[in-house]
Amino acid sequence: MERTSVPPIHNVAICGGTHGNELTGVYIVREMQKQKMEKAGSVSVTTVETNPRAVAAGRRYTEMDLNRCFTDVLLSSPITESTPYEVRRAQELNAQLGPKGSAEAVDLLIDLHNTTSNMGLCLIFYSIDWITLHIYNSVPVRAIQLDIPSSKAYSLESVGKHGFAIEVGPQPNGVLRADIFNVVKEALDLTLQWLQKFSSGRNFERGTVEAYTFVKSVDYPRDSAGKATAVIHQNLQDNDFKLLRSGDPIFQTFSGDILKYEGEDLYPFFVNECAYYEKKIAFHLAQRKTYSFPPISVKND
Amino acid sequence: MSNGSSSNNNNNNTARFDAARRVAIFGGTHGNEMSGVTLVNLWMQNSAEIQRKGLEIKPFITNPKAVEKCVRYVDTDLNRAFTQENLSATGGDELPYEVQRAQEINRMFGPKGSAEAYDVIFDLHNTTSNMGCTLILESSKDAFNLQMMNYIKKAFAPASCLVLLNEHPLLKYSTSRSVAKHPVGMEVGPQPQGVLRSNIFEAMRVILKHALDFISLFNEGMEFPPCTVEVFRVLERMDYPRDANGNIIAMVHPNLQDCDWEPLNPGDPMFQTFDGKTIHYQGSSTVYPTFINEAAYYEKQQAFVTTRRETLAASAIRKA
Repeated sequence: MERTSVPPIHNVAICGGTHGNELTGVYIVREMQKQKMEKAGSVSVTTVETNPRAVAAGRRYTEMDLNRCFTDVLLSSPITESTPYEVRRAQELNAQLGPKGSAEAVDLLIDLHNTTSNMGLCLIFYSIDWITLHIYNSVPVRAIQLDIPSSKAYSLESVGKHGFAIEVGPQPNGVLRADIFNVVKEALDLTLQWLQKFSSGRNFERGTVEAYTFVKSVDYPRDSAGKATAVIHQNLQDNDFKLLRSGDPIFQTFSGDILKYEGEDLYPFFVNECAYYEKKIAFHLAQRKTYSFPPISVKND
Repeated sequence: MSNGSSSNNNNNNTARFDAARRVAIFGGTHGNEMSGVTLVNLWMQNSAEIQRKGLEIKPFITNPKAVEKCVRYVDTDLNRAFTQENLSATGGDELPYEVQRAQEINRMFGPKGSAEAYDVIFDLHNTTSNMGCTLILESSKDAFNLQMMNYIKKAFAPASCLVLLNEHPLLKYSTSRSVAKHPVGMEVGPQPQGVLRSNIFEAMRVILKHALDFISLFNEGMEFPPCTVEVFRVLERMDYPRDANGNIIAMVHPNLQDCDWEPLNPGDPMFQTFDGKTIHYQGSSTVYPTFINEAAYYEKQQAFVTTRRETLAASAIRKA
């Protein structure tokens, strides 16, 4: 693979509180603001608490999930009296950190999230880009890719020229665990260090990464009234990223029957994420793919 | 004695209690604690599993609005609302939702403190703390309840089921179950709010089965000999360190996180500040912390509670 030269990263935005009850990001952003973390070498750093109303209320969102408000359609929809708070907030954030798709957008946007699922530390990104993969390679994580074109991309990190979410679990909503805080802080420190090395002209070698690419989601079995009739089976609970094969138990009904998975071998993740009950998702399924990335260095402009 | 209370707590005598004919199982006192919500909804549809001869068992959702929104409470915490002041407040619809609910529940299952009150209420809860299966008592002197604890612990063994006693004059609070003559709290964790985990759900189901078996045996006339019960007695509430604006400035230390019921010695790490410094426990003796990092307690100024271990003696009991 040819060495690729890539435009420099001048600025980074680190965001927390996009879901107001996912506390790691809230407290990391506050601590960075308290420490006046505004620069990492030549890279300028902006920190933003993105959904302050939801944070104050201790809720995921007040009217609508902020992290679904960044599609092109919602970002350009006219604001009226009945526009939900989160749609307005998304447009404000787009003005501050974007506009999405333009030359003014922040070079890299990192959005911090927690999950109740046992996923450990993950980076979630839309498109395979060399910067993201190189960063991923230097931080001990799993990578998750969502294959969605930019215009339809609905979450905050799509506003930056490059972006990814850091998703860490398991942590209950409304709880701040020190071990998880420390892991995320370390991941951010490594990311900022990488960016500084990159900006100072260092060359990075080619490599390969394994990433999990979203295939489909599975809902709970429900009765005619729409109520879930089963709970995640104990063999699947807490076993995110452990290969699921046909015949493996996935649900246990309240009357004790075991329901089994049928389909191709895939990797479950976001198993029993609290916020996904209302989105009718019990878990997601992914394929695992290997991506190669070329050696890169910064293009001198 | 016909009012259901113990006639004699002396270890040498058998305390007589009326048969416990009316029992309630409360779920959804906190609307986002899913094991109780799910179990009570199941049993309201099909009560076969909880039926016992000669016993009226009523499963009941105490805070339906909170359950519907999947929040802990709508206006105020229902499990703190059963004060005498609230129960006798006037104002009807103007009152906070949970105060209205408390009055309704007191009418249906009480009145609290009277002879008409339900005999036993089990209140089902979850916690984000790593407490395992915990039974919560409000009195060290209720021999009926102590004997029930002893029975459940033995039936559940080798799995562990611990007993938390909150008799602290300042820290005890007016729970929904306090309407009954014999209130029993069941707290199982760790489980995130809004999440239903199969292992937690099954554990709660089994403990409740043992509790109902105990009542059934008691009602049939079985005598339970004197026994002792190990409990953890609540001592003190420990808040997070906070700044002048009331914001927390530290987190439960990784060494303490998830270590409910394990000894915390003077000098042990207790909190970690956001910039990595350790704050140590400064108490004068070893304590046993629990409710460590319960999500709902950040607003109640509580990072954990300390307890001390005690052995309580219960006299023999038999149906009057």
